[in-house]
Amino acid sequence: MAEGMSPEELGMVEPIETGGERRTMQLNFGPQHPSTHGVFRAVLTLDGETVVDVDPVLGYLHRNHDYIYQLMTYPQIVPMTDRTDYLSPLNNELVYSMAVEELLGIEVPERAQYLRVIFAELNRILSHFLYIGSIALDLAGYQPFLLSWRERELGYDLIEKATGQRMFPNYIRIGGVHNDVPEGWTGELLEFLDFIEREAWPEYKTLWMENPIFKARSEGVGVLPGEVAIAYGATGPVARASGVRRDLRKDRPYLVYDRFDFEMVTGEKGDTYERSWMRMYEILESIKIIRQAVRDMPDGPILGQLPRGPMKAAKGAEVFTVAEGPRGEHGVYIASDGGVHPYRIHWFSPTFTMLQLLPYLAKGLKVADLIAILASLDPVMGEVDR
Amino acid sequence: MPVWLSDALWALLKVVLTLAFVGLNAYVVIWGERKVAARFQRRVGPEVVGGPAGILQSLADGVKLLAKEDIRPAMADGPVWFWAPVLAMVPGVLVLLVIPYDPHLTLVRMDWSLVLAMAASAFTAISYFMAGWGSNNKYSLLGAMRGVAQLVSYEIPLILSFLGVVMITGTLDLSRIAEQQDRLWLVIPQILGFIVFYIASLAELNRVPFDLVSGESELVAGYLTEYSGIRWTLFLFGEYTNLFASSALAVTLFFGGWHGPLLPGWLWFLIKTYTLVWVAMWIRWTLPRVRIDQLMDLGWKFLTPLALINVALTGIWLAVL
Repeated sequence: MAEGMSPEELGMVEPIETGGERRTMQLNFGPQHPSTHGVFRAVLTLDGETVVDVDPVLGYLHRNHDYIYQLMTYPQIVPMTDRTDYLSPLNNELVYSMAVEELLGIEVPERAQYLRVIFAELNRILSHFLYIGSIALDLAGYQPFLLSWRERELGYDLIEKATGQRMFPNYIRIGGVHNDVPEGWTGELLEFLDFIEREAWPEYKTLWMENPIFKARSEGVGVLPGEVAIAYGATGPVARASGVRRDLRKDRPYLVYDRFDFEMVTGEKGDTYERSWMRMYEILESIKIIRQAVRDMPDGPILGQLPRGPMKAAKGAEVFTVAEGPRGEHGVYIASDGGVHPYRIHWFSPTFTMLQLLPYLAKGLKVADLIAILASLDPVMGEVDR
Repeated sequence: MPVWLSDALWALLKVVLTLAFVGLNAYVVIWGERKVAARFQRRVGPEVVGGPAGILQSLADGVKLLAKEDIRPAMADGPVWFWAPVLAMVPGVLVLLVIPYDPHLTLVRMDWSLVLAMAASAFTAISYFMAGWGSNNKYSLLGAMRGVAQLVSYEIPLILSFLGVVMITGTLDLSRIAEQQDRLWLVIPQILGFIVFYIASLAELNRVPFDLVSGESELVAGYLTEYSGIRWTLFLFGEYTNLFASSALAVTLFFGGWHGPLLPGWLWFLIKTYTLVWVAMWIRWTLPRVRIDQLMDLGWKFLTPLALINVALTGIWLAVL
């Protein structure tokens, strides 16, 4: 698709004529760069400021997670998954726990399922707020970036009260959750949601989403057609911004998602601006889900019946479980050889797949557009280089 | 004492005073910028550290910057790289010399001081380009290319925006321009001119939303990437001196210079100037950055025609009057 097309075919401006010779410049964008969202390198070929080619180079943060997991027992892996995508640790714990439960055939009590939904959605809200903040920072909007930490702090406070940890909560466990939420916690959570709906959300809308400069910088920039999104394996808000109607919470409901009334937010244009709006609207949908979950949450145990002794799966058993994370569909593949460690474990991460889109989206645009596009994919290098 | 000696001593004193003011102004403006940012962004830093209201923060910054290692890129173009931060100070200082702070306080009075101020503002492009080219760094080079494109383009609306004022006052002497605004501040008939002037001067100053030359999140720091410690400080001093100088120029041309009731003239002048400096900070901590082609569009397709319309309207107005 994009690979075979020349810059001219992609609607690029005429190249600079320098006596029949075309002059381009190679620029190492990263791995140490303020706007690569971690250690990520893109080798750019530039014609002036116009991007002729992008070659993403991964692996600078490689921590061997997939391999290290294979040296650990099933329960030991849970806290490690927090570090994979450090902006949505609870969603990682969730998908890993779901995979092991499927592998071992463990039933999860209903209350734990509701709690898992609440925490997964809370984490989605916090991750999306940081998305708005970080795309603002990449376009030099320092104000919304610092503002986004206010919401994260409040959210972290809630997570800390329930789990004892802020960034790496290690809360969702195989078979349920670690402990029940403290007395009065759900009330505070609802207050936090009220605050978002009443104050924070409108503030981001006026300060950032309706900012004329942000609109000028993002509308029509990095347009991703729906079929290309599917072809490249894009999921989550990026694909939905291009009109792809796919959300695992609706299409293949896990936990108790089928009991809640919420919308699947989709866009039409698939540009950077629309991708940002997707996150804004998903915050509102997550709030809806949490409200219903708090309302309907039954009493009961929070941890299911676990096998006696060390956890072991049957020899030859394998499982691939996916869930809808803030950045898109992330999944875990586990194969067992009957031991206490997974024989093979592999993490499927959404932004790893979507980084391939970078050359497609950025060719022919300016360096500044490349930054906006990269930010709109919401990459977390921790999950890209595992 | 012979006349030449007393003249020379006077000149020396003026230079020393100006440079002292440059230092003091940078100190105050940097402190102000930190306070403004802290207020806008609910930061606690400058409120907690650095003495009452954080006034010692700038001093701590200064000491830190002076103590930093002086790093020079291996393949840098020596003299070009070395002189760039020094030259960054020149335009601001030149403008400060000719600004009328008070009816009796103009360091260098001349008939064509506005021309000097315009010529000085064109100087910034040279220092940016020297820094960007001399650093032997591709990010710096991109910054330098942006700088030349941006500053040269915005020079035109900037100069055109002055013309209305010159046509009304009939002089190029900044002191006389200020004097003539005792009844009416020229911002009222010249509102278009002022708008063009202010936007163009933000671009000339490399301030947000036009800070493309050093675009931190795009070009790492653009022309500044390879500068550290005292050299970086000189660029910073240059930036804040230029900010003050361009605000002072705006006050002189459009906001009645030193005119104002009760308070002494120089105080009015400083109040007005620092108000405009504050507006620039307000804009900086609110808006994101535009893209280079949008910047060019704004300059050539909006500001330049607007400035020309302003000149035409002023001409018609003067003819009718």
